[in-house]
Amino acid sequence: MDGALTPEKAQSDVQREAVIRVRGLRTQFGTQVVHDDLNLDVWRGEVLGIVGGSGTGKSVLLRTIVGLNRPAAGSIEVLGVDVLNGPEAERRNVETRWGVAFQDGALFSSLTVLQNVMTPMREHLKLSPALMKALGELKISLVGLPPLACGKLPSELSGGMRKRAALARALALDPEIVFLDEPTAGLDPIGAAAYDDLIGELQRSLGLTVFMVTHDLDSLYAICDRIAVLAEKRVLVEGPIEDMTAVDHPWVQEYFTGPRARAAQEKSQ
Amino acid sequence: MAAPSVSLSLSDYTARISGRLVTNTLGQIDAAFQGLSADGPTLTLDLSGLEALDTGGAYLVVRLRRRLAAEGTEVHISGANPDQMQLIDTVSEALPKDEGQEDLPRGVKEWLEDLGEGTYQGWLSVLSLLSFLGLTLQRFLRMTLQPRRLRMPALVSQMQETGLNAVPIVALMGFLIGVVLSFQGAAQLRQFGAEVFVVDLIAISIFRELGILLTAIIVAGRSGSAFTASIGSMKVREEIDAMRTLGLDPIDVLVLPRVLALVIMLPALGFIANIAGIFGGALMSWIELGVSPGMFITRLYENTDVWHLGVGMIKAPFFAVVIGVVACWRAMQVKGSSESVGRQTTSSVVQSIFLVIALDAAFSIFFSEVGV
Repeated sequence: MDGALTPEKAQSDVQREAVIRVRGLRTQFGTQVVHDDLNLDVWRGEVLGIVGGSGTGKSVLLRTIVGLNRPAAGSIEVLGVDVLNGPEAERRNVETRWGVAFQDGALFSSLTVLQNVMTPMREHLKLSPALMKALGELKISLVGLPPLACGKLPSELSGGMRKRAALARALALDPEIVFLDEPTAGLDPIGAAAYDDLIGELQRSLGLTVFMVTHDLDSLYAICDRIAVLAEKRVLVEGPIEDMTAVDHPWVQEYFTGPRARAAQEKSQ
Repeated sequence: MAAPSVSLSLSDYTARISGRLVTNTLGQIDAAFQGLSADGPTLTLDLSGLEALDTGGAYLVVRLRRRLAAEGTEVHISGANPDQMQLIDTVSEALPKDEGQEDLPRGVKEWLEDLGEGTYQGWLSVLSLLSFLGLTLQRFLRMTLQPRRLRMPALVSQMQETGLNAVPIVALMGFLIGVVLSFQGAAQLRQFGAEVFVVDLIAISIFRELGILLTAIIVAGRSGSAFTASIGSMKVREEIDAMRTLGLDPIDVLVLPRVLALVIMLPALGFIANIAGIFGGALMSWIELGVSPGMFITRLYENTDVWHLGVGMIKAPFFAVVIGVVACWRAMQVKGSSESVGRQTTSSVVQSIFLVIALDAAFSIFFSEVGV
């Protein structure tokens, strides 16, 4: 397979630092195998888009990497720490160095947006309340929410604002890696484009590594440096989006050369 | 990993920051930044010794620059690499222009304002409850004119859930109340040698008040909370709105079957509680006071007017309406989040129990006025 990880290719990647390294991952629920011998590298400072048909385990992969699912076999290293079997203290330390924004926000419904953003700070940092409040307000403003949103409850926000608030909470500890699950799903095209811009801008100015599960072809063209396609229970192919149209696989062909893909490509040029 | 550290040193109008100025280390350096003051017109902030900077660190830099600018000192940033400069600019743009206003101390005026607001909101919710009651009654009347509007399967399943499934707990509760009354009565009545009056005590207090009142309280806790939680969750997931768009009336579909089921089942449950209470009382009287079952029954026939049972049972449908309507009304007040479902469920139970007791008191006054 031309895009898959080979020893020669891995050799040429030596100067890049892999912040996430997944090897031989096998995930299964009962007898249903979701991933089998899946390998994936995510390089520091890149935006990686994970695509794949429904049920190919994109979200499961994300959840497995951040430790919400226990895989049946394989190893996962994040920032050089074995997150499956490493020492407890190291794993807890790594948890403060990533942020996760779930699909519908998963904001705590009884807390205001500001309190949501301050929750991880309270838990992991020793800062004065005034400084935490100021940092929380800064994060909320960084993701493009108006100051008025700070005091609102998640249920009082629109879907797009909830996604932004979730991103602010994911950024609360200034993480090195941000995991985004379907960040633009359910947003209108203008809102989705604005959110893409926001992620791209934050990624550049904060030097983030972004791991993004998405269906949105516009996002893939607009901000993703590299794309990994999940199919047949593994990463079928990975590489820049320009390479995708050359891959000889029916699903990949259909996905990247369909009318929607062409429209997204034209828009990005 | 070594403990992350950061330091700040000041000399010759130059503040030198070295180490990792990141969110993790802000606690160490925040006070130093706050206390930093330059006596001259300019201050150079030398960032060349920085190993790492993130938005938290950039925030401190920007805050310092703003504060000193307000004090008349211009801050020059030197030695930062382009990425760090870019980050500082991004943070500076994102930072709200005016620092958040501190909460003002609350005085008498605010307290009065809260009191007025609370009273007004309380009045509004009374109106809202009454209008929901009116709506439910109107739909009930419409249903009696058009009987096919009645959702028979829903009604039967609610009757099973709120009525039949509650029989064990209600019967046990009634039995225990009978036992307790008999015990307490025995201790007092034995002093006068009036043991046999324990029958009147048990029968009248259970039939008139306790049987139905405690049943209503159990049902409010058991079924009222279930109504609020289930309809409230549907409200959160917009199922109620979906029903309206499909031409289904939520009152017909959800509220009426539940309220009707309670109106039918609560008297039945109350009656079961009465019987269980009498049984428990008779058993204890026999064991504790030697009042034989035969004597108990004879005494019950002769001395306890059937009206005592009637007075109790009349109240049951009213209690049922209160419990059902309050629970469904609270469910309709659910807004947005699952948090709200929990809050409304709590108020549903508390308010329906309170209203049931208040209504019971009103009935007592009424019955004593009309002399039954």
